[in-house]
Amino acid sequence: MTAEQKNQERYEIRFSGSGGQGLITAAVVFAEAVGVYDGKQVCQTQSYGPEARGGKSKAEVVISDNPIDYPKALELDLLLAMNQAACDAYFYDLKQNGILVVDSGLVEQHPTSRIIAIPFTEIAKEEIGRGLVANMVALGAVGLLCGQVDLENLEKALLARVPKGTEEMNSKALKRGIEEAAKINLNDLPRSIMSDDDEV
Amino acid sequence: MSDQVKQRFLLQGNEAIVQGALAAGCRFFAGYPITPASEIAEQLSIQLPVVDGTFIQMEDEIASMGAIIGASLAGVKAMTATSGPGFALMQENLGFACVAEVPCVIVNVMRGGPSTGLPTCPAQGDVQMARWGTHGDHPIVVLSVSTVMDSFTLTVKAFNIAEKYRVPVILLSDEVVAHTRECVELPDTEEIKVVDRMKPSVPPDWYKPYEGDARGVPPMAAFGEGYRHHVTGLIHDDMGYPTQKPAEVKSFHERMARKITRGFPDIQMTKGYYLDDAEVFVIAYGAVARSALRSVQDARENGVKAGLLQLITLFPFPRRTVTPLLQQCRAVLVPEMNMGQISREVQRVNNGECVVKKHNRIDGKFITPREIFDHLMKL
Repeated sequence: MTAEQKNQERYEIRFSGSGGQGLITAAVVFAEAVGVYDGKQVCQTQSYGPEARGGKSKAEVVISDNPIDYPKALELDLLLAMNQAACDAYFYDLKQNGILVVDSGLVEQHPTSRIIAIPFTEIAKEEIGRGLVANMVALGAVGLLCGQVDLENLEKALLARVPKGTEEMNSKALKRGIEEAAKINLNDLPRSIMSDDDEV
Repeated sequence: MSDQVKQRFLLQGNEAIVQGALAAGCRFFAGYPITPASEIAEQLSIQLPVVDGTFIQMEDEIASMGAIIGASLAGVKAMTATSGPGFALMQENLGFACVAEVPCVIVNVMRGGPSTGLPTCPAQGDVQMARWGTHGDHPIVVLSVSTVMDSFTLTVKAFNIAEKYRVPVILLSDEVVAHTRECVELPDTEEIKVVDRMKPSVPPDWYKPYEGDARGVPPMAAFGEGYRHHVTGLIHDDMGYPTQKPAEVKSFHERMARKITRGFPDIQMTKGYYLDDAEVFVIAYGAVARSALRSVQDARENGVKAGLLQLITLFPFPRRTVTPLLQQCRAVLVPEMNMGQISREVQRVNNGECVVKKHNRIDGKFITPREIFDHLMKL
C-alpha cells in the first residue's frame, strides 16, 4: 500500500471560522453521528485555549474504517470555512481534489473555482430566524457533500446534543443545509483546486 | 438501535479517565481545577455523588494530595487530577504516600512548562518529575496514555497497581489525548478486572501494619476497622513507629524497592509494532506514539524496516523489553515533546550497542508523522 492509498483510508474534514460560530459543536455532532451511530472509527480534535477565541477557530474530524493513528488532519478532504481568515489560512491544507465549502456571505475572495458557496448565515437568519444556527445549516451541507455519514444518523446525533426546546429549530437548519447542498453537482466543478486549466 | 450501538460513546480522553476511575472503584476525588485537566474534576463532581462517592474541590493541590491520602487510609479508593504546576505542589505529600505506602492515583495531564508555562499546549515535560519529583529513593509507578481507550483501561490498571502494591501511581496524559474525542466501546462491569488492597487476616492484636507479605506488600487495614496503627512520614519499623536503626532502615528501603521489582512482569507494559524484523525502531509514548506509528508504516512503504515500541509504563523503565531491541536494531529514534527525558533512559540501558537519536519539540506543538518519518529515513 502506498502512502497515498493509506491517506485515502482516512477522510478528513475541518470546520473552521471564528470563535463563537459553533464550529466545535458542529464537529462533535458530526463525529458522534459517524462514530456512535454509523459505527466507524473517528477522531475529533479542536483549537484549544486562546486560539479558539481568535479570528480563526477550527475543529477537525478524521474518519476511517480502521483504527486511527495520528488523530489530527494531515490533508483535508473537505474544508468548511465560515470566514475569510479561515479560508485563507486553511485552503492550502486541502487535497487537490478536496472540497472547499464556504459561507458565501462571509467569504468574498475565493482561492479557487472548485468551491461551493452557500449563504449559511443568511439562510439561518432569514429562514430559520436565528443566525446562531448557521453552524447547523453548514453541518447539513457538509454531511451531504462529504458522503461519509448517514444523514438520518446525523440528525439523531444533532437532536441528542442540542439544548431542549431548540430541537425543531436545529433540525430545520440541518435540513435546509442538506437541501442547499443537494442542488450542487460536484461533477460540474473543476476537478482540482489548483488550476482550472489543468483538468483537460 | 441495537445493544452494541448503545455501548459506543464519543468521549474525550479526560472523560474516559473519569469512566475508568469509576469502573475501578474510585469513590473519592479531591482536586483543584487546572487546564488541561479540569474536565476530569468537572465530570467527577457530577458522577461521584451518583455512586455515593465524595468529590471535594480543595483550596490547592497540596491539600488535594493530602485529602486523597486520608481517604485511602480510611479504605476508599482515591484519585486526584492536575497538570504540571499542580503536580509540582503535590510532590511533598506524594513522598508521604510513597513512604506510608498509601495506594492512590494521580493524573497529570501534561502541558508546557516550567511554571505556568504554556497552559493550553501539549507537552511531555513532566516525565522525569513523575519519577523523581519527590525526594529520596522511593517506589513509584508512572503510566502513559495515548488514546481515549487507553485513558479508560490504564486508569483501571493504575488503580489496580496502586492497590496491589500499595504504591502511588502517576497516570500521565497530555493535552492532545485529553481533548481528542474518539468512539470507544466501554466493557461491561463484569469484564473489568478490579483489584482491591489486601486486608489483614490476623486479629487486630497481632497486626504488624508494615510487615510485608511474601511480595513485600503489607496487608492494609482501614482506619476505623479496629486495627490500631500508626502512620508517619518518618522511616518506620514493622509496627509503623519511627526508627533510625540502620538494619531496620535498610530493610525498609529494600522492601520498598523489592515490592516493585518483583512486580515487573505485571507492571511493565509496552506495545510493539512491526518489531520482528526491524532494523531501526522508534521508542515513543503518549500522543507521540500515534504519530510514530504512522511514520513507521510510511517508512516501511519506503523500504525501511522500521518498528515501534510504545511505552505504556515509563517507570519502572521497561528495560527488559527495550534492551533486546537495542541489540537487534542498528538505530533507535526517541521523539518526545520535551528536551529528551525518556531518551536519557534509553541511553542509560543502551551500553553503546545502538545509535540513539532524539527528536524533540518544545514549542508547544504536537509532533507530526512527517517529522518522525524524515528522521527515520536518515537513520
